[in-house]
Amino acid sequence: MASATDTAELPVVAAAATLPTDDPHPETDGHRWGMVIDADKCTGCQACVVACQSENNLALNEENRVIERRAKTWIRIERYWEGEWPNAKARFLPVLCQHCGNAPCETVCPVWATYHNPDGLNVQVYNRCIGTRFCANACPYSVRYFNFWEPEWPSPMDRQLNPDVTVRTKGIVEKCTFCIHRINRTKRQADRDGRPVADGEVEPACVQACPTTALVFGDLNDSDSKVSELSHSKRAFTLLEPLGTAPAITYLKKVDPSHVDEHEEHGH
Amino acid sequence: MQEPVTVDRETANRELLDFVFAWPKWFFATTGLLGAVITLGLIIFLLLMIFGLQLFGYAHPVYWGFPVVNFVFWIGVSHAGIMVSAILRLAQAEWRRPVTRAAEVLTIFSLMTAMTFPIIHSGRPWRTLYWEFPYDWMRGIWPNPRSPLVWDPAAIFTYLTSTVMFVYIALLPDLALARDRVKNPIGKAVYGVLSLGFRGTTRQWRIQAIAGILLSALILPIFVSVHSIVSWDFAVTIIPGWHNTVFAPYFVIGAVHSGVSAVVTVMIIMRYAFGLKNFITKDHIDSLARLLIIVATVWLFFFMLDFMFGLYGTEPAEVDTWQRRLMEPPWTAIAIIFIITGYIIPVGAWLFRRVRRNFFLMFVTTILVNIGMWLERYMIVIPGLERKSNLTFQYGDYLPSAAEFGIIAAQLALVIAGFLVFSKLLPIMPAADIKEGQILRDEIKVGRARVPATMREA
Repeated sequence: MASATDTAELPVVAAAATLPTDDPHPETDGHRWGMVIDADKCTGCQACVVACQSENNLALNEENRVIERRAKTWIRIERYWEGEWPNAKARFLPVLCQHCGNAPCETVCPVWATYHNPDGLNVQVYNRCIGTRFCANACPYSVRYFNFWEPEWPSPMDRQLNPDVTVRTKGIVEKCTFCIHRINRTKRQADRDGRPVADGEVEPACVQACPTTALVFGDLNDSDSKVSELSHSKRAFTLLEPLGTAPAITYLKKVDPSHVDEHEEHGH
Repeated sequence: MQEPVTVDRETANRELLDFVFAWPKWFFATTGLLGAVITLGLIIFLLLMIFGLQLFGYAHPVYWGFPVVNFVFWIGVSHAGIMVSAILRLAQAEWRRPVTRAAEVLTIFSLMTAMTFPIIHSGRPWRTLYWEFPYDWMRGIWPNPRSPLVWDPAAIFTYLTSTVMFVYIALLPDLALARDRVKNPIGKAVYGVLSLGFRGTTRQWRIQAIAGILLSALILPIFVSVHSIVSWDFAVTIIPGWHNTVFAPYFVIGAVHSGVSAVVTVMIIMRYAFGLKNFITKDHIDSLARLLIIVATVWLFFFMLDFMFGLYGTEPAEVDTWQRRLMEPPWTAIAIIFIITGYIIPVGAWLFRRVRRNFFLMFVTTILVNIGMWLERYMIVIPGLERKSNLTFQYGDYLPSAAEFGIIAAQLALVIAGFLVFSKLLPIMPAADIKEGQILRDEIKVGRARVPATMREA
């Protein structure tokens, strides 16, 4: 797991020929969209959460929905405490769908509502979903959310819905799409222009909103892209790596040996 | 050791069919009460269709709860049928005879009840039917064969079909008997059609017997398959506490434990409700209890294996789950109640002959077993979901809602009502089978020796 001792050993792993993020089922000439999240840069400002919420037509999370743990945030900032008071530090970890190469959620869906698309994205087909919630259970990162209600927005917020994104009905499971509508728009534009998609041309809403550029998005199959370069960093690790899910998201964090202690793992 | 049932043929026919033709007052009172509880369940289901699963206690990250626990529980109870009908029949255990049909009917109704759970607990039940049952041949949209939720219906429907066939074939001579004895002309017509012209000719008896034996053998793989597949609903995932390789046999033997216990409970109720004192005797209960001691102990062994494999795996999340299951409140209390009611009290009591031959004590202990087994399923399903990984930020507890309790009460009522209505309309006691058992036990004098009246062929 993402314990301090594991991350401390990670430079060795990163130097090896294969990375934990490597797609076990690579496409010959497709994209493999991926993200790098620099936990050292994240300030926990929640701008990405707000951006995602409005970009993807997510209903407002009222207070009691948060209390009963039914709030939906496709990207969430997890806060962990490091060290003991008064020397405690808050550490922030943005967690969103990891778009795993070996996704535990994909195999369990009885109706194939979730599958791996040729771009390496883990996509959810809302129309097919019957709401068994098996995928939400199987996801070790708990980033799949069930729609308990029909989404509603107080006026005038219902007028600012994104026309590119479906409004999901109640009774289905939904999750981060890596802003697939933006990816597709950019690909179509590049096709019209007769050129490949340039690095940095696609930006999901969270990446665009991040004030500290802690989030970087790009094509992992393009060895010159910024995400490829960053995912080979010595600070790189993936979440819950021992599970072998081959996530498309790499996290960066410098491990300060003086801070490696029990509290980091259990602080909350 | 076993006292043979000594009832002449006429009394046997009358007593075994009595309940089918009589209309006792308590029958109306009980079905009325059960009907009220089932109606409550239907109202809750209607509300679920309108308001969605917000009525249940699910919350991030625990998305399965009581319905799945009960699904596993009822499939477990259904395992009694196959244990009693197929395995005991092939093992030629004579004492099984009065038990068989009750066990199989319990199987049918608990299976049907279990099958309602996936529909109740899915987010869009109307879609569940639309996508799962008639495969979408026209548009080539297929279910995902990698998902255990697709294996489930296959296994359960196979089990249900074969059990219905099994019950029906064994029922034929009794239906013919009912046809010959019923006074009501409508009843005569219905039993007449259902008995398929069974008149008790040698050829008909032969075909009926061969079909029964063949089905007992063919049904054996289902004994292993159904609950193995139910266990794979959990075991193919990477949720801590769900994926030990021992899960399939562990679930199967647990199912037999709870199923045979449920059969004992039902037999004792039947003895008093239907006036079957001559046919359900202390010997039957005693034999089942002795079987249960073995089954329960093997089940406990597999529970220990699950525990040991979990610890030896040294996967932190798995060890944490076991720690939570056994050491943290409220799970500690559940674990203690589960092991005491599921094993220690019943098996400890069954070791004494006096308890095994006491109907009241057997009734209590077998009910305790099923309380324990229900808690066992609860302990398997929930804690792993509450603590899925070391990402502590996403920890969350599950608290069942009133609607879930209502649904569960309705499902219990559904099983009981199904059983009761079946036993009212059709002979619940296998009259032909019991009489066959008597004939096999009869002895005749040949010269100075006493020999069995009939020889067993197979």
